[in-house]
Amino acid sequence: MDMPILSILIWIPILAAILIMVMGRGVGEGVKWFALIVSMVEMILGVLLITNSHMSADMQFVEKHRWIESFDIYYALGADAISITLIVLTVFITLLVVIASWTNVKHQMHNYLAAFLLLEGLMVGVFCALDAMLFYVFFEAMLIPMFLIIGMWGGPRRVYATIKFFLYTFFGSVFMLIALLYLYSTTNTFEISQLSNAAIPLNVQIFIFLAFLIAFAVKVPMWPVHTWLPDAHVEAPTGGSVILAAIMLKIGGYGFLRFNLPITPDASRELDWLLIAMSLIAIVYIGFVALAQKDMKKLIAYSSIAHMGFVTLGFFVIHQMTAANTDFQMLALQGGMIQMISHGFISGALFLCVGVLYDRMHSRNIDDYRGVVNSMPVFAAFMVLFAMANSGLPGTSGFVGEFMVIVASFDANLWYSALAAITLIVGAAYSLWLVKRVIFGDVLNESVAALQDVNAREFLILMTLALMVIALGVWPAPLVEYLQPSLERVLNLALMTKIS
Amino acid sequence: MSFVQLCLTTVLAPLFGSIVVGLFGKWLSKSHAHLITIAGVGIALIASGLVFYELFQTEYAPQNFSVYEWAKIGGFSLGVGFLIDSLTVIMMLVVTSVSLMVHIYTIGYMHDDPGYKRFFSYISLFTFSMLMLVMSNNFLQLFFGWEAVGLVSYLLIGFWYTRPSAILANIKAFLVNRVGDFGFLLGIAAIAVSTSSLDYAQVFAAAPSLTESQLTITNSFQVPLLTFICIALFVGAMGKSAQVPLHVWLPDSMEGPTPISALIHAATMVTAGIFMVARMSPLFELSETALLFIMFVGAITAFFMGLVAMVQDDIKKVVAYSTLSQLGYMTVALGVSAYSLAIFHLYTHAFFKALLFLAAGSVIIAMHHEQNIRKMGGLWKRMPITYVTSLIGTLALIGFPAFSGFFSKESIIEAVHLSELPGAHYVYLMVLSGVFITAFYSLRLFILVFHGKPRMSDENYSHVNETPKVVTVPLIVLAICSVFAGYAIEPMIYGDFFAASIRVGEQHGVMTKMAEHFHGVQAMITHGFVATAFYLLLGGVLLAWLCYSLVPSIPKLLAPVLAIPSFILARKYGCDWLYIKGFARLGVGVGKVASALGDRILIDGLMVNGTASMVRGVSMQLRKIQSGYLYQYAFAMIIGLLELLTYFYYQT
Repeated sequence: MDMPILSILIWIPILAAILIMVMGRGVGEGVKWFALIVSMVEMILGVLLITNSHMSADMQFVEKHRWIESFDIYYALGADAISITLIVLTVFITLLVVIASWTNVKHQMHNYLAAFLLLEGLMVGVFCALDAMLFYVFFEAMLIPMFLIIGMWGGPRRVYATIKFFLYTFFGSVFMLIALLYLYSTTNTFEISQLSNAAIPLNVQIFIFLAFLIAFAVKVPMWPVHTWLPDAHVEAPTGGSVILAAIMLKIGGYGFLRFNLPITPDASRELDWLLIAMSLIAIVYIGFVALAQKDMKKLIAYSSIAHMGFVTLGFFVIHQMTAANTDFQMLALQGGMIQMISHGFISGALFLCVGVLYDRMHSRNIDDYRGVVNSMPVFAAFMVLFAMANSGLPGTSGFVGEFMVIVASFDANLWYSALAAITLIVGAAYSLWLVKRVIFGDVLNESVAALQDVNAREFLILMTLALMVIALGVWPAPLVEYLQPSLERVLNLALMTKIS
Repeated sequence: MSFVQLCLTTVLAPLFGSIVVGLFGKWLSKSHAHLITIAGVGIALIASGLVFYELFQTEYAPQNFSVYEWAKIGGFSLGVGFLIDSLTVIMMLVVTSVSLMVHIYTIGYMHDDPGYKRFFSYISLFTFSMLMLVMSNNFLQLFFGWEAVGLVSYLLIGFWYTRPSAILANIKAFLVNRVGDFGFLLGIAAIAVSTSSLDYAQVFAAAPSLTESQLTITNSFQVPLLTFICIALFVGAMGKSAQVPLHVWLPDSMEGPTPISALIHAATMVTAGIFMVARMSPLFELSETALLFIMFVGAITAFFMGLVAMVQDDIKKVVAYSTLSQLGYMTVALGVSAYSLAIFHLYTHAFFKALLFLAAGSVIIAMHHEQNIRKMGGLWKRMPITYVTSLIGTLALIGFPAFSGFFSKESIIEAVHLSELPGAHYVYLMVLSGVFITAFYSLRLFILVFHGKPRMSDENYSHVNETPKVVTVPLIVLAICSVFAGYAIEPMIYGDFFAASIRVGEQHGVMTKMAEHFHGVQAMITHGFVATAFYLLLGGVLLAWLCYSLVPSIPKLLAPVLAIPSFILARKYGCDWLYIKGFARLGVGVGKVASALGDRILIDGLMVNGTASMVRGVSMQLRKIQSGYLYQYAFAMIIGLLELLTYFYYQT
């Protein structure tokens, strides 16, 4: 395809956002339709991206233009299966968010939608930048619209949450910038693929690895740099939470795949114990923390952290495997990657469910609900489904990644597997206890009794996500097959040694 | 229709019914809802019958085929497929026929319930899940079915979601099962890693080569890999088949609409664990330790859960604890490598326990939802059909010679007797005394419900009437099965029926010895009347008759003497207390501490906000330097200049 489809994917929503902001309040209700059309165009382009891609490990749809000549910085874009999958997830979730925001944002609707479109373009940019500097620019720029979304349309403690969010993530990415500049000073390139092939001594690798780690661990977020997430989620409007959980967290995992494993493979091998420990703590400890939450959004936020633990466990357990062939290492990477996609659907769906309740009751407090099933049976069915998916029920997407990572990590160490498998109990405990307290039981009070069940628009969104969750759970083979060559390439790079 | 299509039809017909009624129930009438689901399960039953016939034609040669590939990573392939052999087909028939009966019975029992259609959708979904479980040819699909029946049981127990007890029971059932699944999943992971496959055929073929492998637990501690795998898998079975200490969910599962969901739980779903171990016989046969473990867990369950049944006053709970105890018997049979007997007991038990549950349901309907047996009595006059069928069910349960339970239970006891596993003689004593216990609690229930003077007002008693035909017809059908199902022992156990599906090691020759002692059904019955078990059975019956019919004052007289045992039994050994007040509270407590101390104080307080306030503190100090007075700046400059000059001076 000759069309620069990746650029189009990035710039259409950004230009649309600028247009909306310039037009200002004057656009009126039409702005919703405009945003909807833009995000639908994006979705169609995303589908075209898949259908036009071929099964190989190569970067496809490559575009390369000189950007800042004196520092060899290029506007270089390209996508392999990993990127394409995450881009499609991005445009899909953004479309749902635009639909979900249809009626529940009261003030500055046009700016709200503009922020989301801007965010969409920047996130797509992150997933397809081939130049580390370009990646960094998108990575940082992405913070701005999210900062605005939480800061302007957030809850009462939004200022604290935004500052915490901003400082945390900004603090993390500064280290990445330093690492990139250092790499440039020794290799004279910002191109990720060239950095992945450059020889780097081990001690330098370790520093670079740690710098990347700080940047991406904050994003994932991994324990112990996770505390910004629950605050950000609690204060963010529904759409913000959905994008945050479903896509922005994945950028951390994507960073590990693109930077840590290929650029600093020896350091990854040396420090994998650290990452594995952090992942297991996230899975077990954060699982218990989730159990104690009284706020629905906080509970789901903590559950997100625990589930992302499987992603990082899968990515970093590969160096400790003993099997003769690479099947189980691939299984671990596949598990981590599929967990990212699946978590995008499930956490997005759960935050949307909380949004549905919040729109009606203006409370996220678990104690303010009981017996919602009596007045909202259809909603209750969705909520039970997504809670079950969240606790990794086979036949839903939540099972696939967790199963793969648990099985694969058994090859490395029985205890990794056993600790990770605790999620089977704890994950089910917090998910189903939430359902028990909110959905089941007799009606708590009159306002719960007066709740209206989901309308057609909400039904459409939740149904779409439910179908995705089930489809991926029943037949993950196409996705697995699609990802296989690209993940194999990452694995090969990760298993190399670069100590010259 | 080809064999593959038959199998697919068996599985998909109930799923189709469930989806149609579940999603489009709003636009369906009640009768459409039950017709669609009954048609689905009926088709599944017919297809299972045809599968059985096809298998019979080929002399039970196992059929193994895959349906689709779930995921493939390099050479590691995960799929969905079916392994159909004699073991599978027995389970298919049990599941579909019991399920069909449940569907029909539900029309009457749930008639006025607002969740009528939802219920049909659930039980059809249950049938689908259970069929996926038993027909699977690999561990992945087994785990899918395993968890899916867990999901449906969660939904069924919590069917009346406004009842606090129901929604506590359902989350409890799910979580206790998840504890078992924790082991199960680790077992599956160990299998995958050590054999690079999850396909039964490949795993079983690779298993003998693993007998020497060790699994490192800690640097200084290793266990044989196969022992780990088998015990881990069995932990899963302990959850699903409600073995001590993971049994606590089963009695509570009676919170679901009785007796239908109780029947699903007690007669079919809980047999999944038993089935799984029998299916994995090629693995379990390779680990003596695991078999020993299974035998003891089974014996403990059979004996101690039977004791609890002796003091229960709720009609459903008595039957539930009786189920636990009978599951223990099946597990014991697995432990002594008498897999076929375990399945045989599972099969006879399905009929007579279904009968007892439905009879209990019939009593409950007639009593207008009174479940306390202390408030019943003398019902035999008012409900003759329920009375006679209950009697048949009770005789089958206690193993009275010539009834179906006799053949299976007596054989299990005999198998334990012949077993050469260390400790088998203790287990023999336990299962033998279990006969006495079973006879006692069964007759206690029977006498308190049907005999003696009615312990209710005359007006209430006069309102008790025999239940309608939708209820009594299934009772009669099941009663007939409960009498005759046992006569299949000759072809099933002593023929070649299970030869291709169950593998027993040379060293575990219990069943071969059993075959030597077996001289036909007639001889077995005759021998049954002079066996030790029969005297224990009579003892139990007589004691119950004495205590609850002849001299009803005995229990009261004995109450002070038996205060401590009955205190313990009434509290079910304190398991519930320990799990809910202990583990569950502990878990939430850990969460609260982690949340408050770990996240809020240590990370946010010290690290995050601490850093922030440190930065603030430092800048507050720094601010003092910027006083704005020129002379201070000038002074600082002069000092600095002097220092620099001195430095350079000494350098050069």
